[in-house]
Amino acid sequence: MEKELRLMKGNEAVAEAAIRTGADGYFGYPITPQSEILEYLMEADPYHTTGMVVLQAESEVAAINMVYGGAACGKKVMTTSSSPGISLKQEGITYIAGAELPCLIVNVVRGGPGLGTIQPAQSDYFQATKGGGHGDYHLIVLAPASVQEMADFVELGFDLAFKYRNPVMMLSDGAIGQMMEKVWLSPQKERSKTVPAWATTGKPATRDRIIITSLDLDPNGQERFNQKLVAKYNEIREKEVRYEEFQCEDAEYILVAYGTSARVCMKSIQLARAQGIKVGLLRPITLFPFPTKRLNELAGKVKMMVSVEMSAGQMVEDVMLSVNGKVPVYHFGRMGGIVTEPEEVVDFLKSKI
Amino acid sequence: MTEEIIIAGFGGQGVLSMGKIMAYSGVMQDMEVSWMPSYGPEMRGGTANVTVIISSERISSPIIKHFDTGIILNQQSLDKFEDSIKPGGVLIYDSNGITRHPERKDITIYRVDAAEEAGKMNSPKVFNMIVLGGFLKVKPIIRMENVVKGLKKSLPERYHNLIPMNETALQRGMEIIVPVA
Repeated sequence: MEKELRLMKGNEAVAEAAIRTGADGYFGYPITPQSEILEYLMEADPYHTTGMVVLQAESEVAAINMVYGGAACGKKVMTTSSSPGISLKQEGITYIAGAELPCLIVNVVRGGPGLGTIQPAQSDYFQATKGGGHGDYHLIVLAPASVQEMADFVELGFDLAFKYRNPVMMLSDGAIGQMMEKVWLSPQKERSKTVPAWATTGKPATRDRIIITSLDLDPNGQERFNQKLVAKYNEIREKEVRYEEFQCEDAEYILVAYGTSARVCMKSIQLARAQGIKVGLLRPITLFPFPTKRLNELAGKVKMMVSVEMSAGQMVEDVMLSVNGKVPVYHFGRMGGIVTEPEEVVDFLKSKI
Repeated sequence: MTEEIIIAGFGGQGVLSMGKIMAYSGVMQDMEVSWMPSYGPEMRGGTANVTVIISSERISSPIIKHFDTGIILNQQSLDKFEDSIKPGGVLIYDSNGITRHPERKDITIYRVDAAEEAGKMNSPKVFNMIVLGGFLKVKPIIRMENVVKGLKKSLPERYHNLIPMNETALQRGMEIIVPVA
């Protein structure tokens, strides 16, 4: 089967990709700027074609706990929301991480804190990559920079989630959610007829009970579990780092940016190079695991790095840790739902050269 | 080839759908496209705008400050975007409801009286297609056959009977657009 070409919003691409990849269930609650995901799925009504359940929960908290339940049954389940809604889901997310269950969570980020604004922002980086909920855990965090990646990362997200039995977050933003671009959609896949061996499906006489829990009252047992998680996260750090380099070969300066900011920086690079400034972009595609090694290598070849994010400066801390003092690292970006303009990045870069 | 376009006017004028048809037409011509609306707490009668980029190369930022072409459909938008057009660029506007006409000397200005024409055609809804026709006359970056394909892709099938009327509107737009000295 061939791929199908469509012009779609990022939000719609997530919804269509979820159906096509054979997801078993979607549980959500509307919030701008990602309501199109739920709307699209409701209209598509995949229950009558693939059997995928689409349900508007009574709240974000209910939605994430439906995901917890579906995941414990070994099903491919997901939820989506935007910043304030993702905050509400944090308790469920840490339980899912603690129970080592796979699921996909999409955050179409808007400006915060609090209710903030409905416009695009990247101010949930800390929440996505450093925990968000309590306890020592990590999500695998994917950062799409195009509508195509919004679609592609649904399948990739589920694959990684099941491979590592770990929740995966797609960290998008209002701009990519709302914009339309070309997208090549994969053909429809059938939903899986089987579930993994760890899934709770009812106890037959032939095997022991399967218990999925995040509770261990014995601290020795809990520590062993924590060590197991650490080993898993280290394996993920070793094997799953993804990034894209753009015009880095001869670069004297490197911009580090993900998502919408990465797209803005590609334009900034075009403008800066027209003025003779040799600048390149490293675009992390996975935010956890972070492309630490590659940034450290690049730091040995360039004079300066600038982390460009629509936040007060969050990813910049990971860039600094990666670079480990080899070159100066700065942060630049607009906040509050204002998208950084390409020219502003060039002006900032020039002010630091 | 890269064409960076802002389309701006009142909500309800068909600004976003004109952008979508333009973008889909670009897709049909095997181009890269992006369609970035101003989204927010907006309502009918308020202002709406959309940035459309059509390019033979990978598109960098979908959000930009300077445009090759501005398609401006009300006074607020003219006031807001006249200065955002690149020197040497193109401004297309409908004079309906305009009290202060564009003043830039370093761009080429065209007028397409689409609201009036749509009235004559007894079909206010094809207003945006008349404007699009005007744009395609000035910037023939997409072949008409691909625009029609784009229309088919953008419109739900139940409206496909309206495609001939939209084609006529595109044609009228091409005929009535005039340069402003």
